[in-house]
Amino acid sequence: MSTVDTQRAYKQADYKSDINPIWCPGCGDYHVLLSFTRAFAQLGLPPEQIAVISGIGCSSRIPAYTNCYGFHGVHGRSLALAAGLKVTRPDLTVVVASGDGDGYSIGGNHFLHACRRNVDMTYVVMDNHIYGMTKGQPSPTTEPEFDTALSPGGTKVRPFHPLVIALASGANFIARCFSGAPNETAAVLVEAIKHPGFSFVEILSPCVTFRPDEKAWKDLVHPAPVAATTDPGKAARRIMSDDGFNIGILFRGNRTPYQPAVGATNIELSELEKDFEL
Amino acid sequence: MSKTAGNPKVSNLNDLLAIAYQIEIDAVDRYKMLADQMETHNNPELVKVFRDLARAEGIHGEEIRRLAGDFDVVAHARQIANFERSESPEEVDLGSAHYLMTPWHALQLSLKGEERAFAYFTSIVETAKDPKVKALAAELVEEEAEHVNLVHRLLLRYPKPSDTWADDLDPPVSQE
Repeated sequence: MSTVDTQRAYKQADYKSDINPIWCPGCGDYHVLLSFTRAFAQLGLPPEQIAVISGIGCSSRIPAYTNCYGFHGVHGRSLALAAGLKVTRPDLTVVVASGDGDGYSIGGNHFLHACRRNVDMTYVVMDNHIYGMTKGQPSPTTEPEFDTALSPGGTKVRPFHPLVIALASGANFIARCFSGAPNETAAVLVEAIKHPGFSFVEILSPCVTFRPDEKAWKDLVHPAPVAATTDPGKAARRIMSDDGFNIGILFRGNRTPYQPAVGATNIELSELEKDFEL
Repeated sequence: MSKTAGNPKVSNLNDLLAIAYQIEIDAVDRYKMLADQMETHNNPELVKVFRDLARAEGIHGEEIRRLAGDFDVVAHARQIANFERSESPEEVDLGSAHYLMTPWHALQLSLKGEERAFAYFTSIVETAKDPKVKALAAELVEEEAEHVNLVHRLLLRYPKPSDTWADDLDPPVSQE
């Protein structure tokens, strides 16, 4: 995490850009944006010390709506971009925004290795169990029986379990949130950003257009009945056996973050360029 | 002293003024967000309703600021009026928005917000020990009751739409 500016109090509005979001009214991502700006204000981080990195999809529009540094990258590659940024600019607070399609399918392999590598950054996945921007194709977290014109009768494919995979791959902080509780989500984001290493926050964020059934999530979510554990074994059992609507911080690890010494090599840029000469 | 789970602590008159001010300002921000959403999705009737509601809440906020006199209610609100876990009482639920919603729906959202604010200040009247805090909270309860009545009166202008209000002749469909 970058340095907190104790000289001034930041407001949520300080982190919001002048661009109006174009998400569908009722979309959970509006709440996630509120949670982002609220968390940044609570942390007291100057906007220019935060970088919000994303890939492609509805959720990945979020860098444009914040007043921080942002990078709207290519599909599924946000974690690679973010890791590169963080190791070269460890002074920045790096937050990565993604969705279940971008993050778990196209970017699935990056997800595993980002958890394993444990670079100090926060990965937020807005999971709506559907590809919303491209009009409703099943994503890795779509239920097997979810019936659409594209997948008549459902895909019959077992959904991806992101929290378990994050834990098994080495993520150092794991939480699940619900977009409809933006202040609680902001509180979790604050903890995730402060926690050293790779923090993974899955936010259940309903797609009101292609998954109107997800409005029911509001009544299904409930606080995690026990406090976060530091024991990966216990965390695995809890996450594997919960109902998918358990909200809160579920695991706090104590692995040392990966951070190569900046400028550790003496290679000049011109030497690297020689390798690419035609 | 009065404290409700997840809500900021009310220890004195200045705290209550700051919280009351912040509740109105939070509502202004939320209505502006909804107006912007409706503008993006070309629902001009709702843009006007949400902008009017934002303006009304802003006027309430200014009234509280005037009531506070020389006390800097804005700065104090920034320090203490944080609804850490719960939502600020008058904040409208963004998840309830719909691109085809009508003024009736907007006013229903507003009504819920006013009712939550009414319940919030009522809880302070019931739990506050300081008589000055209790008296101001009682005034705020009366004001919120007036706002509830006002929304009910506005609702007379906008009858409940038919059950087909969300039918779209050109709906978003899954790619085939």
